[in-house]
Amino acid sequence: MRYAMAIDTRKCVGCSDCVVACQTENNVPVGFCRDWVVEVVDGTYPNVSIELRTERCNHCDNSPCVRCCPTGASHIEDGGIVLVNPNKCIGCGACIQSCPYDARYSHPDGYVDKCTFCIHRVREGKNPACVSVCPTSCMHFGDLDDPNSKIVNVLKNRKFKSLAPEAGTKPQIFYLV
Amino acid sequence: MHTRRNFIKISSLGLGATAIVGGTIHWVVGASSSKKLSGGLNSPPVWKKVPTYCEVCFWKCAGWSYVSEKGQIQKIIGNDNDPQCNGRLCPRGTGGVGMFTDPDRLKTPLMRVTKNGEQTYREASWDEALDFIAKKMKEIGEKHGPESMALFNHGSSGKYFTQLLNAYGSTNITAPSFAQCRGPRDTGFELTFGESVSSPEVTDIRDTRCLVLIGSHLGENMHNGQVQEMSEAIDKGAAIITVDPRLSTAASKSKYWLPIKPSTDLALLLSWIHVLIYDDLYNKEYISKYAEGFDELKEHVRNFTPEWAYGITTLKPELIRNTAREMANAAPATIIHPGRHTTWYGDDVQRSRAIAILNALLGSWGNRGGIFFKEGIKVPEFPRPEFPKPKWSWQDTLNGRYPHAKESITNTIIEASIPGEGNSHQIKGWIVSGTNLIVAIPLKEQLMKAMQSLELLVVVDTMPMEITGYADVVLPECTYLERYDDLRATPHREPTLALRMPAVEPMYETKPAWWIAKQIGERLGLGAYFNFSDFKEVIDWQLKQLGLSPEEMERIGVKKYPRKTPAYIEPGSDHKFKTASGKIQLYSKELVESGFEPMPVYTKHPQPEEGYYRLIYGRAPMHTFSRTANNRNLVALMPENAVWVNPQVAELWGLKKDQYVWLKNQDGVVSNFPVKVRVTERIRWDSVYIVHGFGHHHKPLTYAFGRGVNDTELITNVMTDPIMGGTGMRGNFVTFLKDEPKKEAKL
Repeated sequence: MRYAMAIDTRKCVGCSDCVVACQTENNVPVGFCRDWVVEVVDGTYPNVSIELRTERCNHCDNSPCVRCCPTGASHIEDGGIVLVNPNKCIGCGACIQSCPYDARYSHPDGYVDKCTFCIHRVREGKNPACVSVCPTSCMHFGDLDDPNSKIVNVLKNRKFKSLAPEAGTKPQIFYLV
Repeated sequence: MHTRRNFIKISSLGLGATAIVGGTIHWVVGASSSKKLSGGLNSPPVWKKVPTYCEVCFWKCAGWSYVSEKGQIQKIIGNDNDPQCNGRLCPRGTGGVGMFTDPDRLKTPLMRVTKNGEQTYREASWDEALDFIAKKMKEIGEKHGPESMALFNHGSSGKYFTQLLNAYGSTNITAPSFAQCRGPRDTGFELTFGESVSSPEVTDIRDTRCLVLIGSHLGENMHNGQVQEMSEAIDKGAAIITVDPRLSTAASKSKYWLPIKPSTDLALLLSWIHVLIYDDLYNKEYISKYAEGFDELKEHVRNFTPEWAYGITTLKPELIRNTAREMANAAPATIIHPGRHTTWYGDDVQRSRAIAILNALLGSWGNRGGIFFKEGIKVPEFPRPEFPKPKWSWQDTLNGRYPHAKESITNTIIEASIPGEGNSHQIKGWIVSGTNLIVAIPLKEQLMKAMQSLELLVVVDTMPMEITGYADVVLPECTYLERYDDLRATPHREPTLALRMPAVEPMYETKPAWWIAKQIGERLGLGAYFNFSDFKEVIDWQLKQLGLSPEEMERIGVKKYPRKTPAYIEPGSDHKFKTASGKIQLYSKELVESGFEPMPVYTKHPQPEEGYYRLIYGRAPMHTFSRTANNRNLVALMPENAVWVNPQVAELWGLKKDQYVWLKNQDGVVSNFPVKVRVTERIRWDSVYIVHGFGHHHKPLTYAFGRGVNDTELITNVMTDPIMGGTGMRGNFVTFLKDEPKKEAKL
């Protein structure tokens, strides 16, 4: 089992609903976020294009945050989900520095927090909150090891990219372009 | 008697310290977080699911409030069974809980008093406030007649105050949603098809093969169902054509983006009509069967070639031809989107007419992928006595102008509130419910004058919006999450009913609008019009009439019904449009009879002088008007607006990214606050763009105060549409002030 996400940049309108849904689902304190939206503008008027994409922890296969964690708080759960155990975390912040995606933040309660792929929902067979709320349905979540899953299907049929591949982290969030 | 109304800042009363917690429940403001919860590893908490429909905008998506065992609303999730949202709320709906937890909410009734020669508010009990309002309304009724009371409203609460005023004897009910927003579109479509496109719009975007957006920025304008359907259309390979001087989000998803010179849309539309007719691309069968006036139209557009339009719009003739062909190839599954906020240049009905005519030529009205026929459930009205017949109504405030205004015009009601010679129909009292007129209405001087002249100004709101500072009495309404409201029965593709019920007891001393209206009504001897003790009785009675049980409705939240009528014109049927002749009016006899052009004509509009740029405003997906700028769940996504400036313009002015500037308009009006510069290739060099709804100058909005710039204050040139009274607001030009201007504080 290998959980991953495919996000369709052709459909995303950058509304940031994913950000709000994550906050209310996961009690993310106001002023912090586990996911966010990026807009990249390219070209000169009127030959301009934009890419909108929602970003979060890439739940990397080769995750520097887990390697550098001195207490084992950052770890990998079933399905490849990278998690932080807040009770083990001492808040040293090494993982924040090691992440090429800037996906982690220091929670005011003294530990490091980040996207969990909504593991509590996934275990109930639901999609992560961001995926289930998205008005444009531009996000697909699923198991890469399941050949019949929607995510495998879209990745087979569409061109995609991942972010900062040069970091060698083997990210598991794919952007359909 | 003229009451001098000084603007009062509610914060000076230290209300924040007097929060009275409703009931026995302890409320926590903002998200509380525990290590256990954030890790997401422990068993999930138990929630109570309470049905509601959203009130952050007026799409009214149905959803569920999730209430914790402690009685805290943790989240709001869309109702899977609601075709308006399909289980997916937009960011504002998801963040709607921030309306409920906002620490700056109005908490108790407030009354204007003079203390040591200075006007201020004092807290009042409900009885005191309501008694005062009833007494004043009686006085106004006796002195001037009940017609002298008017209502400005927006949203669900307006209905109860409408009922109150109707019972009292006034039909002077108005809303900015007509003359400041969709009015021109509705009038243009009514003149052409005999009806408009409603809200939510009856555009069949889901099944369209070609969607044409004229300045509409779906995706930034986050009307949920439309955005969802646009996404679906993208999936299915529909071609999107976007006409916009700005690379909007929708433009970036489009097959064709037409970066038009602002204010020239009508020239483009006329040349599209020309191409469809003269290149033989229109739907001949549809036109001959359903429309009249084709020959006149053909003759009218003879010279409106793409080459003619090129010189006006700066769009290449080839691009105009190609896009016309694209529309025709997809027809009748083509939508020339009617838009929504259409009060631009004062000839907006004619532009909307051109859009309607294009839809007609493509045969889209009544065909799949074009515009469908709506169907809804008729909810029986709760028994009440007949309303008295008023001696005069808002039509009398038009004074012979705007012959095609089918709805009341805010500005003429405002005019009628200013005493003067020749003003024979005077308004003396206002109830304002759910609309922040200060930010919604252009022509501020007139508005201020009117408010100074009133004998009574009551404002009902959940938040201390700017308008509350001008009230004699401020009544704190509870949010939509704390109250019952009417069943939602908006007609659309599928007939539905949706229930809103309180997830929790109202916080502080806030009350639902139905209760407020009923209380005032009873004090005026109009109790018979509010013959219920709790609004739940009304809902239960209505559900019973419809054969539904309240328990079932509470369990499902949304009830869907199968359609009884076809959604499209049935082949071979003799469809009649809702015009007088039953046919689509390409040539409008109604317009000729009232002295207007029967077919749209391009008018040249002024362009900015050197150093000035056209002020274009619009929406951001995470905000609704000015009402969400203080919502803590949403402000982190966009705390303030920015002025979009083309890099060439930025270079000319030496403007840097994120630098703050003041904006000054053509009439010398300077923005209250500075605004951040966003240097971007997404905007034309002759225009700047800002998102509407920021620049609040009311300190009680502790977060929103002073963040960004309020476009409305810079809109001092209003071009009124003579056909229906819409206030065209896109003819304002601004320049940049890099240093703080010296000016008198006039907050």
